[in-house]
Amino acid sequence: MAKVLMKGNEAIGEAAIRAGCVHFFGYPITPQSEVPEYLAKRLPEVGGKYVQAESEVAASNMIYGACGVGVRVLTTSSSPGISLMAEALSYIAACELPVVLVNIMRGGPGLGGILPAQGDYLQATKGTAHGDFKLLVLAPASVQEAVDLMGLAFQLAEKYLTPVMLIGDGMIGQMMEPVEFPPEGQAKPLDPGDWALTGCAGRPRRVVNSLYLDPELLNQHNLKLKAKYARIAEAEQRWELYNCDAPYDVLITAFGMVARICKTAIEELKAEGISVGLFRPISVNPFPTRACREAIDKARRVLDLEMNMGQMLVDIEAAAQGTKPIDFFGTAGGVVPSPDDVIAQVRKSLAAAGVEPAPARAPSKPAAKAPKGAGQAKRAKK
Amino acid sequence: MKKIFGYPQGLTERRTHYCPGCTHGVIHRMVGEVLEELELRERTVGIAPVGCSVLAYEYFNCDMFEASHGRAPAVATGAKRARPELVVFTYQGDGDLASIGMAEIVHAANRGEKISVVFVNNAIYGMTGGQMAPTTLVGQRTTTCPAGRDPAQVGFPVRMAELVAGLRTPGFVARASVHTPRATVQAKAVLRRAFEHQVQGTCFTFTEILSTCPTNWGLSPKEAASWLEKEMIPYYPLGIFKTPDMAEGPHLRPAEGL
Amino acid sequence: MASTEVMMAGFGGQGMLLSGKLLAYAAMQEGKEVSWLPSYGPEMRGGTANVTVVISDTPVGSPYIVAPRALLVMNQPSLEKFGPRVKPGGVIVVNTSLVPIRLERPDCQVLYLPAAELAKQAGTARAANLVMLGAYVGLTGVVDTQVCVHMIEHEFEKKPKFIPANVAAYQAGYDAGLQARPA
Repeated sequence: MAKVLMKGNEAIGEAAIRAGCVHFFGYPITPQSEVPEYLAKRLPEVGGKYVQAESEVAASNMIYGACGVGVRVLTTSSSPGISLMAEALSYIAACELPVVLVNIMRGGPGLGGILPAQGDYLQATKGTAHGDFKLLVLAPASVQEAVDLMGLAFQLAEKYLTPVMLIGDGMIGQMMEPVEFPPEGQAKPLDPGDWALTGCAGRPRRVVNSLYLDPELLNQHNLKLKAKYARIAEAEQRWELYNCDAPYDVLITAFGMVARICKTAIEELKAEGISVGLFRPISVNPFPTRACREAIDKARRVLDLEMNMGQMLVDIEAAAQGTKPIDFFGTAGGVVPSPDDVIAQVRKSLAAAGVEPAPARAPSKPAAKAPKGAGQAKRAKK
Repeated sequence: MKKIFGYPQGLTERRTHYCPGCTHGVIHRMVGEVLEELELRERTVGIAPVGCSVLAYEYFNCDMFEASHGRAPAVATGAKRARPELVVFTYQGDGDLASIGMAEIVHAANRGEKISVVFVNNAIYGMTGGQMAPTTLVGQRTTTCPAGRDPAQVGFPVRMAELVAGLRTPGFVARASVHTPRATVQAKAVLRRAFEHQVQGTCFTFTEILSTCPTNWGLSPKEAASWLEKEMIPYYPLGIFKTPDMAEGPHLRPAEGL
Repeated sequence: MASTEVMMAGFGGQGMLLSGKLLAYAAMQEGKEVSWLPSYGPEMRGGTANVTVVISDTPVGSPYIVAPRALLVMNQPSLEKFGPRVKPGGVIVVNTSLVPIRLERPDCQVLYLPAAELAKQAGTARAANLVMLGAYVGLTGVVDTQVCVHMIEHEFEKKPKFIPANVAAYQAGYDAGLQARPA
């Protein structure tokens, strides 16, 4: 199939259809509203169902209901909306239902803003809602990767019977890039297995439930979930290494769109003869800790860049285990770091690593000012 | 020997956990009988709420969800839209439906979801120990309105059947009771009509059933039944408020008796 | 050309997002990698709207560009805001129909163009955005102009009566740009 130029949000909607998901329940919120808009138009064409819920609370419970009766289902939202969905996600994970959801993140906390941010990393990967459950979380860095990961998200959700979330910032939802889709109508329907509530004709009745009043049964249920998450952590780590074959003094760690901005910076630095590596987790939960550590081992210093105040930093620190100093540069609220910002931070890290400073750039080039409110922290190795 | 009375097909043979004199069991049985009579059991998905009937998924002999507090109509929406061939019902109490779940019930009704809502109103929070509900009557004492419900502070009790019937979207909306055998027979007939509407794909259906809570009302089962009749029915009149063929209107009074 | 970036800015409703889309489509037809990143927000109509298009021979790195190589501006606030950021040696196209000021960027090539008037002469006052796009393509040769014209025809294929005027507007811009193209 030929490539088409498409907005990330619309491409996500189409990717769901290609993955065989024709049921969508959602609620408008900037910057993801093009997903429901696109699917409201497109789903009736493919015999699907689109329902605009009265709230994200309702939308997330509708996907619980639809997935529970054994259909592939999607919802999408943005940061404040995901907070409202958190309760149902706990139920969905507890009931082991394979739903897929997308968070096109905007600035927070509170009502925050509507511009791109990555401030929901910890919410997605560590503390989505009450109880011991985890989402499987994927972080695309391009519209094409968002499309590819949507297909993967449904596969993983159904393989492990667990909710899978894609996180992208507002940029990935709003930007257009050329994309190629898998063919339509090729996906097999969801296998209702031994869990879906399809009516109990010819079989014992089934219950989709997360209430276990007996503590021992609830303990067993938690142990079962834990074992599943351990299997996922073993088998489903995904990451990208960029410019890591050449020796480097500084390793950048970044996820999603920020990693792409870093790539531009890395290419510009390369032209100056400075080699910088990039480690980009694609699965941010499970986090590819071992691969990250291997990339860190080759560096003298790590520079973590995020559009938040240092959320993935906890995973980078866990990977580094105190072996290397970690610098952090973060922007929030919709302030996007530019390649020049990244270059400036790399130079600081190089200097801190005691690396001979590279010749300064031509002064004629207007230096981009550091974004206002840029958070900065250094964590030196003791 | 011929068996003349037993569990309907729509109920499992499990002993319920309900208090003596509580009418949840009667209402469960009526739903179970309707599922049997209309031969719906094998294509029904029920949704249990949070509240006293949280374990309803143990008692209804069909596929069941357990929903979070108040969200059963949203779960039902997802299930019914995904598989319209299923018969989908929610079973919810007054805290679940009329307080925390007010948005979900009103919007499911307003979208005209082809589901059957069984709403059990006993004017109090039962499972949590007798706190004030949105349906608690004026002057009624509960643990969180020990001096009696004061409408100046918390407003008047919500009449859900009237509220849902007031929506422009067609629906079948009724209020029944189970405090006497006669009322119970009428309630069963109404419930059956509601499920029939769903099977025919006509409209959203809402059956409010007044119920007793002897434990939290502090009354004997017999006293509770007569308290329901004397105190609740005057404020919560019984009858059919709205049928799908009726024109738009506030539908604040029953259009037909039971 | 390894990679170039152009920012197109104006008031919402002036069609700069569409101009950017047409350019991205055209570059894509030529086998280039592209990204199209709009500003977005509550000012959907009447406020400022801008889009950054990156065209590259290799996969696009950052779609977010602070200092673009080219800037097309439809209004004064956008010129004041983005004009100083253009990379030295870059090109700037200014719509003088709405922008009365001049820009001090001797290190850039600045083309002043009465885009609205040219569009009106071409038969549609609403196509100033296409005049601007044409001027940029004429000035830089960033994409084949025939591909661009084809993209405009494709964009209006459901309203074919609008095609001639829109193509003419684009062409007027293109001619002006080509004339100003450095030898």
